[in-house]
Amino acid sequence: MESVVFIFSLIDCCALIFLSVYFIITLSDLECDYINARSCCSKLNKWVVPEVIGHAVVTVLMLISLHWFIFLLNLPIATWNIYRFIMVPSGNMGVFDPTEIHNRGQLKSHMKEAMIKLGFHLLCFFMYLYSSTSAAFNKPVG
Amino acid sequence: MAQPARPAASYRSQNGAGQQPYSNGPVQNQMMHSSDAQGYSPSVPGPYSHQTPSKVPPHPSSGQYNYSGSQNVSQFNSYQGPGQTLNRTPAAPLSGSPVQQTGPVPQVLPPALQNSAAVSSAGGFPPGVSPPMHPNWQYSQAPVSHPAAAQPSHSAPVAGTGPAQPPPPLSGNPPGSYQYAASPGGPSLQNSYMKPGSVPPPVTQPLTPLHPPSRPPLGPPPVGGPPLIRPSTVTAGAPSTQSLLHSATNQEGDATSAAGDGSVVQNSYDAIEGGGLMATPHPSAPANLKMNRNVGYSYPALPPGYQNTSPPGAPGMQASALQYPDGSKHFHQPPLGTNHLNASMGSLSLQQEGLRPVNLLQERNILPTTLLQAPVPNLHEDIQKLNCNPELFRCTLTNIPQTQALLNKAKLPLGLLLHPFKDLSQLPVVTSSTIVRCRSCRTYINPFVSFLDQRRWKCNLCYRVNDVPEEFMYNPVTRVYGEPHKRPEVQNATIEFMAPSEYMLRPPQPPVYLFVFDVSHNAIETGYLNTVCKTLLDNLDLLPGNTRTKIGFITFDSTIHFYSLQEGLSQPQMLIVSDIEDVFIPMPENLLVNLNENKELIQDLLKSLPQMFTKSLETQSALGPALQAAFKLMSPSGGRISVFQTQLPSVGMGALKSREEPNQRATAKDIHLTPSTDFYKKLALDCSGQQVAVDLFLLSGQYSDLASLGCISRYSAGSVYYYQSYHHKHNPVQVEKLQKELKRYLTRKIGFEAVMRIRCTKGLSIHTFHGNFFVRSTDLLSLPNVNPDAGYAVQMSVEESLTDMQVVSFQSALLYTSSKGERRIRVHTMCLPVVTTLSDVYLGADVQAITGLLANMAVDRSVSATLSDARDALVNAVIDSLSAYRSSVLSIQQPGLMAPSSLRLFPLYVLALLKQKAFQTGTNARLDERIFSMCQVKNQPLVYLMLMTHPSLYRVDNLTDEGALNINDRTIPQPPILQLSVEKLSREGAYLMDAGSVMFLWIGKSCGQSFISQVLGVPNYGSIPQNMTHLPELETAESIRTVAFISWLREQRPFFPILYVIKDDSPLKSSFLQNMIEDRTESALSYYEFLLHIQQQVNK
Repeated sequence: MESVVFIFSLIDCCALIFLSVYFIITLSDLECDYINARSCCSKLNKWVVPEVIGHAVVTVLMLISLHWFIFLLNLPIATWNIYRFIMVPSGNMGVFDPTEIHNRGQLKSHMKEAMIKLGFHLLCFFMYLYSSTSAAFNKPVG
Repeated sequence: MAQPARPAASYRSQNGAGQQPYSNGPVQNQMMHSSDAQGYSPSVPGPYSHQTPSKVPPHPSSGQYNYSGSQNVSQFNSYQGPGQTLNRTPAAPLSGSPVQQTGPVPQVLPPALQNSAAVSSAGGFPPGVSPPMHPNWQYSQAPVSHPAAAQPSHSAPVAGTGPAQPPPPLSGNPPGSYQYAASPGGPSLQNSYMKPGSVPPPVTQPLTPLHPPSRPPLGPPPVGGPPLIRPSTVTAGAPSTQSLLHSATNQEGDATSAAGDGSVVQNSYDAIEGGGLMATPHPSAPANLKMNRNVGYSYPALPPGYQNTSPPGAPGMQASALQYPDGSKHFHQPPLGTNHLNASMGSLSLQQEGLRPVNLLQERNILPTTLLQAPVPNLHEDIQKLNCNPELFRCTLTNIPQTQALLNKAKLPLGLLLHPFKDLSQLPVVTSSTIVRCRSCRTYINPFVSFLDQRRWKCNLCYRVNDVPEEFMYNPVTRVYGEPHKRPEVQNATIEFMAPSEYMLRPPQPPVYLFVFDVSHNAIETGYLNTVCKTLLDNLDLLPGNTRTKIGFITFDSTIHFYSLQEGLSQPQMLIVSDIEDVFIPMPENLLVNLNENKELIQDLLKSLPQMFTKSLETQSALGPALQAAFKLMSPSGGRISVFQTQLPSVGMGALKSREEPNQRATAKDIHLTPSTDFYKKLALDCSGQQVAVDLFLLSGQYSDLASLGCISRYSAGSVYYYQSYHHKHNPVQVEKLQKELKRYLTRKIGFEAVMRIRCTKGLSIHTFHGNFFVRSTDLLSLPNVNPDAGYAVQMSVEESLTDMQVVSFQSALLYTSSKGERRIRVHTMCLPVVTTLSDVYLGADVQAITGLLANMAVDRSVSATLSDARDALVNAVIDSLSAYRSSVLSIQQPGLMAPSSLRLFPLYVLALLKQKAFQTGTNARLDERIFSMCQVKNQPLVYLMLMTHPSLYRVDNLTDEGALNINDRTIPQPPILQLSVEKLSREGAYLMDAGSVMFLWIGKSCGQSFISQVLGVPNYGSIPQNMTHLPELETAESIRTVAFISWLREQRPFFPILYVIKDDSPLKSSFLQNMIEDRTESALSYYEFLLHIQQQVNK
């Protein structure tokens, strides 16, 4: 059971890593003018909800499987994702708004955020990997 | 500019030591000049080793030196800078710095002397701008200090014998005679000064050795020859002369030595600099001030066009090398060191003006009586002459801080305010097959690039060296080959290029205009359709365009009506689309038709349109679908959609709900400044992508959610007009306003499918944009339409420190299709100096631009956070900058609220912003009104924004011709601007308040009978009509003056401000009084209270 939880988390985490990389690539494309703000934002906004869900699922899973440490580790980022999604002003076209992304250094802060998430997911990836292997080999680990 | 520290340091030094060096300087010069160059020159060069200027002497002897800046300029662009500086330096007298500037000093003096003497040199010394000053200065002094005898002797000097004699008197006297001597801080200066002085012997020797290296470059040219020779001779002769000098006065000797070794001196100064900035005003007399000013402008800066791009370090040598060839005509430029000095001096002098701390609490009449002008960047005159007009391009800090840290310290926003498409009376247009641009950053060639030689130019933004194309070598204006630096592109900071086909993605579009009218019951009630159709009818021929112009009409209520204007129809055919969920275009053609070919049909339609819907009972408004239809109609071609809307859209896509709660109007909380839906924003971006702009005319009595509707214009680069409570009968004033503004709107210039890019020198980066457009990629603004009444602003940061740069440049390039179907590029370039000290940053602050930029930032803040946040941020901006000034620049802590003179109006303007409709609290401002005001802040050019924020008040019942302007045989009186306080109003007067888009003429209760009868044309106060908006043109002198003044004010702006004549009981009196910014209102502080508040915070 334990190992199933972690293997699922591992897969989910991989997806989130790919997503973070995709965000970073797309944002840097925008930075370099390869794509325009409009298409960049519509591409990214499509993936905001999957990201929120993907992360929330892992977090909840950790909670119900009573892995407190990992749960608490995930909580802040999951909360931030949800908060960011909820707080989008009614007039904006999503978390990424093409009319504002070039203003007030938003592009940079989005980029930074994606980087941090990438780092975090990598960390989680190895943690899940370790946990799942150790769960698979010696059952008592919890 | 690169050397921040120096200026300050030098300054002080000047104060303290000023006299000595100065006097010495002159002496030397004299010696040099008067004696035949030979004997003297050696000694001179020696001391000056570093400074090429030393070579000057030879030239003088040849009689060739031009002092005049102008000459220098014409011949060597690049050199001018230096040349002038040289000249100026002397002027700087006050400053002790002469030591450093030795080069220049010598030169100046001689002329003066000679002049006085009578002559010989007079020929050689063309009176330039600056030169005259010096002579005067010197003269005045000379008489005083010298015995009469001295002068006669000067005449002699030419012969060569005189030299020795003159010096003593000069040197001796000057110190005593110069006023500057007394200045505080002297000791330190003197010390510094002394050091160099004491070393004289060593200095001279090293110098000679040094010289050779410098010479070689110089040598080759004809002029150069003499210098070479001299050194040798000098060695022989030098001793004598030197000895003479030294013996004559110790001081002299010191001076020379000091002068000679510029670098040493500077260092010492730098050391001193630590001491504390001289922020305090100089004791010096007014005369000095004058001089200072001159000096100030001579900022070291780069020489124009040809400037040596050599880094500051590289210096004199190169410069001299370049110049020398031509040296015969001119002076060589001072080495950079000198420049620095000058620069420092310049800034010093400016400091007196601009940095003089003002105690705001004590300055009662702080408002200047004339309109505030933009500060002039502290650049060399010749560069400044070429610089962009501040109305087009303005920077909040005319001295750019070198690093972000410095910028942060100053607590002032760094940004640009642009008005790129302003109507210009003179605009050079260049047609050429190749447009010269930098190969790497694509900057257009401009007056601030440097030509390394005839074939290569160096980009002033990215510093890449580019080739000059063959075509560019020929100057079409002068028809001369080989003068790329004289081409109009390099002589004008504002220029327009005709773009070749590489600048087109598609063939230039025709002008296409689509009008979308709301014809619901509510709209018909207001009667606006009549006015609009009539105005449109009258101006149909004036619409900018050509034979390809197309026009179309759509009306809508709960359905959408199209009008087929097919050729051959006897009357327009109306097509109704009632499916508003999925809008389609009923027929592909004939909805947009050629204006010229179908004019009659169009006129028919415009005449019948107002009557067509009079019986309509439909109250719904399907604005969203109508806009979608309009977008579909326009998307193949691009163009302009003008939408007239009178209520909240209620059906179909984009329907909105009322969000205004009247009882919450007054509080700053929970008001809806953000759009409630992204429908309009998305549509606007779609429009932007298809080169369609939407202009919104909102004429409504009730809340219409401008915050949401406005997006349609904001992101498609349109403009918003708002006529509150428009009604053809009940509100005739709005009717007139609509007429006038619509006329301007229809007939003004327009640019289609435009993009604008703003570039700045490497190291600076733009991070935020304000205005109506869509930022398509990092620095590309997409402007489907551009109009001459739109202003833009950007905020910048210093990403990499601007070390080694003396100036930075900004360039905006606007590529658009004119209404005649030509693709054009309008380029503006601005050049500003870089500074390294905080005091210089404050010195160059442009208070109006800062206020404008802050207002833009505050709008963003109120939308993204809350209004009260934005208000706090505005107040904090004042507090932070003044406390930074107090703690970092002011050396002496004085009681009161001190502000640099450049920012003395800052608190006043910020208070005005706080009381502006966009940001005020506690009044019953309607939400739409507030949002409209915010739109205006974002979209208005700075001039009008400032007038809107802080109107000008004039007293007009006693206009006189004194100081009047004379334009085209019309005399326009120029009454002083009064402070905006009721205290300034008197019952006996009549006052005109000019608030940009409106004017109020307030008539006091006991206003002079003559004014009432002779200007207003009514018998007495009581009979002034309630809704008077016109002044009769009477034959009386008073009336002519008043009318001339008002129409002059109106002519200066593209729109037509309406004049309201108001009395004490007029309903508009409250809006008049609301503009009395310095007074207290129920919810806002008076100016004085605001200052006290600021003071409290600053001193905390």
